[in-house]
Amino acid sequence: MSSENLTSSVADTNAGEPAAAKKGNPAGKVANWADERLGLATLAKKNLRKVFPDHWSFMLGEIALWSFVVLLLTGVFLSLWFKPSMAEVEYMGSYDQLRGVPMSEAYASTLDISFDVRGGLLMRQMHHWSAMLFIAAMLVHMMRVFLTGAFRKPRELNWVIGGLLILLGILEGFAGYSLPDDLLSGTGLRIADGLVKATPVLGTYMSFFMFGGEFPGDDIIPRLYIVHVLLIPGLLLALIGAHMLLLVFHKHTQWPGPGRTEKNVVGYPMLPVYAAKAGGFFFIVFGVTALMGGLLSINPVWKYGPYDPSKVTAGSQPDWYMGIAEGLLRIMPGIETHLWGHTLSWNVFIPGQLMPIVLLMIVLSWPFLEAWVTGDKREHHLLQRPRNAPTRTAFLAAMMSIYGLLWAAGGNDILAVIFHLNLNHITYFMRVAVFVVPVLVFILTRRWCISLQRSDEARLLHGYETGIIMRSPEGGYTERHLPVSEASAYTLTARQRDQVYDAGADADANGVSRDGSRIARIRARLSRGMFENNVQKPTAAEIEDAHHHADEVHELEHAMEGHSADGHQFDGRHPVDGEELRNH
Amino acid sequence: MRLLNRSAGRLSRHRRGPLAGLLVLLLGLILTGTVYAAFSPASATKAGKSDEELIQQGRELFLVGCAFCHGQNGEGVKSSKGQYGPSLVGVGAAAVDFQVGTGRMPMQQPGQQALAKKKVYTDEEIQALAAYVASLGPGPAIPDESEYSLEGLSEEEQREAITKGGQLFLTNCTACHNFDGSGGAMPNGKFAPSLKGVEKRHIFEAMLTGPQQMPVFSNDVLHPEDKAAIIAYLKSTEDTPEYGGFGMGGLGPVSEGMFAWLVGIGSLVGFAFWIASHTVRSKKKTAPTEGTEA
Repeated sequence: MSSENLTSSVADTNAGEPAAAKKGNPAGKVANWADERLGLATLAKKNLRKVFPDHWSFMLGEIALWSFVVLLLTGVFLSLWFKPSMAEVEYMGSYDQLRGVPMSEAYASTLDISFDVRGGLLMRQMHHWSAMLFIAAMLVHMMRVFLTGAFRKPRELNWVIGGLLILLGILEGFAGYSLPDDLLSGTGLRIADGLVKATPVLGTYMSFFMFGGEFPGDDIIPRLYIVHVLLIPGLLLALIGAHMLLLVFHKHTQWPGPGRTEKNVVGYPMLPVYAAKAGGFFFIVFGVTALMGGLLSINPVWKYGPYDPSKVTAGSQPDWYMGIAEGLLRIMPGIETHLWGHTLSWNVFIPGQLMPIVLLMIVLSWPFLEAWVTGDKREHHLLQRPRNAPTRTAFLAAMMSIYGLLWAAGGNDILAVIFHLNLNHITYFMRVAVFVVPVLVFILTRRWCISLQRSDEARLLHGYETGIIMRSPEGGYTERHLPVSEASAYTLTARQRDQVYDAGADADANGVSRDGSRIARIRARLSRGMFENNVQKPTAAEIEDAHHHADEVHELEHAMEGHSADGHQFDGRHPVDGEELRNH
Repeated sequence: MRLLNRSAGRLSRHRRGPLAGLLVLLLGLILTGTVYAAFSPASATKAGKSDEELIQQGRELFLVGCAFCHGQNGEGVKSSKGQYGPSLVGVGAAAVDFQVGTGRMPMQQPGQQALAKKKVYTDEEIQALAAYVASLGPGPAIPDESEYSLEGLSEEEQREAITKGGQLFLTNCTACHNFDGSGGAMPNGKFAPSLKGVEKRHIFEAMLTGPQQMPVFSNDVLHPEDKAAIIAYLKSTEDTPEYGGFGMGGLGPVSEGMFAWLVGIGSLVGFAFWIASHTVRSKKKTAPTEGTEA
């Protein structure tokens, strides 16, 4: 039997030679070999041609994903040299200014990675930069999802997973920030210790449990190390997997437009287009991170010196993603209650424990809150433009303003030094601003969105501005408007009308109040607040009417055709090839 | 005339006396000395200026430039709102050399803190002012260079001193001046200035006299050799290259966060925009395929 006979898995004939490709493609052979054993072809056939829509804002999550890959790669490199131990050693490495200083092994090995391991400093800096980018990209991605309403049914759970990913990312970042055991990490851990201790009644017990005794002890670095390299990355990986499986299962959302419906996805297939685009983007993310790691100094641990609880440095701040917690702590007035010899530190408990939980709860519960108010149980695969959800957009803008203010408050000393401001004034300003500015931002953004809706409506009903100024026989000037194209009219109107929920009468005809009427009234109020002032898209009849009106005007002008004033031939309604101004 | 003649005659009688030559030499020396002193340039006299003259010159300068706030005798002036200019009795020459030498005094305008600027007086004038203020009461003198430099130590000892200075710096100075010596904020608009590029002598004097908000680190608390070690550490950090690349102001995580957003996320979103705006390029005109998802 010739070897060719063996290439066919099942013989379907007793004839001599089975049909075989003249010249076997080596790649095809390998693929075939694997498929016959793994059965991947059926799975791949469907998914390799899976269609993704094309828009820049859909790639923001990818930045986070690729940053995570960079984190894994650089993190593995660092873990080969880092020693998670708080045992005291005398530094004997290359950095002159610290030679002979007693320090923990963790800090000494960080210095070794920075100065004595080839490429170590680059890897450390890349790891740190990509951590900053990872969380920043997740936030930007979350803002995109929020603004476009991509969290609506059926994607609420994926939204929750995303929220958890951000929380875990922040915790992971904090654990990493604490590992080098330099002055800055230690100061950060001291604050974490303070936050834990602010828990009423249990605080000190929890702190002793965490640090294995009084702060700083010598357990915390090895413990954080396992959390940082095993526990949280494992959870992150699992959740990222779930996040992306759900993405594939739900299909990607898309912007509305001609040919795009709730039931299809318009775009390019995974292979070859998206594989190339996404793969290329990985190299870009890697390249940008490498450039930053190579050119911009981040966390120069050698300047901070080893941690010593008796020392602190000006400019002690957490990494940016903890900035709001720092800001909350810095602007909180010092309120304490003393009860039976116990101190309740509201000044730490409220900003350090309560507020982050409240913030997280708001973020995680938003899709469910919004669905409850609208009562919308339908699936949504077409995105909303931010202007068409003015209250939601304004809410995010207000949250962003709070975030920015608290972040600035967390860096109040840096602001004071750079801009020659009074530290106390910044703090007093922020105490008021965090309450006032978000409200102003909310009102302003909401009105702005509604104005944009009005301008969309004007485009639909009265057409777009052509830039052609016409002079009427009376001498008045008007700008010619022409109807927008069908495609853009479709895109502008491809949204649903908001329905304001009406709670109905509080009591029935017999004066008996209905069950749950209080909750219904709250819902009605929220619904009114969210949707009452929105501009709804015009009905077909309204558009028809407006076009009819425009046509009428045109008809009237048509009577003047041939003897209208010179220049009217350029009114934008006619082809103008070969037209000239009449010479008279 | 006869009298002169007679006395000349009497003098001439001694012209060959044993002491005559010595006397003439002495007279000649006195004459040349006097003439030289009368016609030589003024700076040449400085070197020989007595303390009293220096103090007198300092007092004159003081009355013009400083007395308005510090009082005619440096006793300080109290305004209705409290102190206007503090008393200078006992602050010592070192304080004057620091405050005037870094341009902090005379103050441009009253404020939370005197700002360093281009110095107004010449070195000689500062010396005179320092001498005058030092004469008001005992205080720390301007340090000698041997006090604030590590000259004379072996290389190994210098390196050890720098390491020690770094630890002393982290213990005593970073809380206000920042880990990189780039300065930090203090309450009510005051601030600890940047230590980068400050002269060694001025750093020493600042520790010695505690200007503005700064506590005094007297020589009993922080020995001169420790001060010299701190200064040597600071100068060594200025000499070491920025190992990690551009330091972004040496201000810690705040500026790092700003760069992560502006440079990192800014450029990556830009790249995302760029990638998404480039559609498929192929020989065949490919229209976007509509995938009806199963």
